[in-house]
Amino acid sequence: MILARAVDVSRHYGDTVALDHVSLDIAAGEIVGLLGPNGAGKSTLISLLTGTRKPSSGHVELLGADPRRPASRRHLGVTPQETGLPGTLRVGEVVDFVRAHYPDPLPRAELLSRFGLTDLVRRQTGGLSGGQKRRVAVALAFAGRPKIVFLDEPTTGLDVEARRALWDGVREFHAEGGTIVLTSHYLEEIEALARRAVVIGGGRVLADDTIDAVRGLVAVRRVSLTSPVPLPDLDGVTATDREGDRWHLLSPDADRLVRDLVAAEVHFTDLEIRRASLEEAFLRLLEEPCPV
Amino acid sequence: MSGLTLTHARFQLIETSRTPIAIAGSAIWPAASMLAFVVPYAGDDPHFATFATASMLTFAVMSTNLFQYGVGVADDRVQPWDPYVRTLAAGALPRFAGRLLAGLALMAVALLPVVLISAFLTAATLSPFRFLLAVLTTALISVPFILMGLAIGYSLPPKAAVVVAQVLFLPLAFGGGLMTAPNWAPGIVETVGPYLPTGAAVRLMWTAVGEYPFSPTSVVSLITWTIALAGVALWAYRRDEGRRFS
Repeated sequence: MILARAVDVSRHYGDTVALDHVSLDIAAGEIVGLLGPNGAGKSTLISLLTGTRKPSSGHVELLGADPRRPASRRHLGVTPQETGLPGTLRVGEVVDFVRAHYPDPLPRAELLSRFGLTDLVRRQTGGLSGGQKRRVAVALAFAGRPKIVFLDEPTTGLDVEARRALWDGVREFHAEGGTIVLTSHYLEEIEALARRAVVIGGGRVLADDTIDAVRGLVAVRRVSLTSPVPLPDLDGVTATDREGDRWHLLSPDADRLVRDLVAAEVHFTDLEIRRASLEEAFLRLLEEPCPV
Repeated sequence: MSGLTLTHARFQLIETSRTPIAIAGSAIWPAASMLAFVVPYAGDDPHFATFATASMLTFAVMSTNLFQYGVGVADDRVQPWDPYVRTLAAGALPRFAGRLLAGLALMAVALLPVVLISAFLTAATLSPFRFLLAVLTTALISVPFILMGLAIGYSLPPKAAVVVAQVLFLPLAFGGGLMTAPNWAPGIVETVGPYLPTGAAVRLMWTAVGEYPFSPTSVVSLITWTIALAGVALWAYRRDEGRRFS
């Protein structure tokens, strides 16, 4: 059963194209990781699927109906951005406000204890720490016993322990049959939770595959070195960035790149190799050639 | 009335009550104006005191709604909480109605001091029937100003909304004749008055509380304003849905 669906959806903001003919099906029981650089269209896609915005063309479905109809959002859970909680209201008041929107909400005490918020119930949200706000935000997504949950950057700003605890909560919800769409800047987080990853860039779906396949796509090394002379053409290098004598190269095969550099007798110094960040890997997927 | 409307109204009221200065602020101006202008200059004359109270009530209705909805809505829209609330299983109706209820409750708080000052510190008198009529008229004339506030709030960013509300506020008050007794305003104000929402509103208030001739022009004017402002408010609300780029 398909819980959320986008069919050939585009969304423009004036002249800016945020989504460009995107199609996506999310089946019941899945955990789908949504990956992509900032401004890629992730937030826009989520806003269309959760009914806050209208597509410019194409159509979206949530639980078989138009997400802009309130009735189709009865089994939907969404996290607000952490900064978005109304600061003067108490945690308990915000939780009750959200629960009032659902036909069969989780009991308040159960929701609070599940997310470790019981002691915070009388606190105003404006006075909470970043991590506490995040926990409240995530708890709100589960207040209405949803069938499908959209978690936007759920663990940004959480320490390792809180992150693990939250992951356990997500897994528990999944084990009970829940469906989750997750965005994150951390590949690690998507790897820990999702089996399927959708990579969005430039408003399009660049990849929609298993985590393993996507990991292969984004497993890029960043090789940095200092060389006073320009580098020769090197096979497999997908992006080059230069700051003075310092060169930064992206390549899926760092070992081979170094061997090629040695073979070409480049007199480099200060060699550094590290795993490329997701952002860098996405740039590679977007095939934006960097000036050499 | 649906439970959700009350939920939204309660949420609004809790939020406002946590910054009590907002409520005090909307109550203080009309009350202060009553004490500064009406009590010393027209307080002893039942006729003038009653009319002046009606003017001051109209003034308070305009200013609280203009700021409460204009600035309040514009402020809320830029908070990330707003797009989140739109994902909850509620349509525009409970949100709008909840805001309206909360706004009316706050307006009552803002108006109460004016009524009390008028009753105890001036010679103004009103028969129970006239009082009821005045309450009804107050609720009625608040509609176009609520819509004016919503139109401003849904079409402008907060800083612009504050400026527009402030810029509109005084000319509407003067132009409508709220600062003067009936028929005492400068000629131009008397001419233009009925065509402004404030002028039309206050004329109906005067008719409600005293021997001021019923003005059909004012009724037509107020209805026209109401329809026009409702149109703008609705247009701005629809346009706002799904507009922000992030």
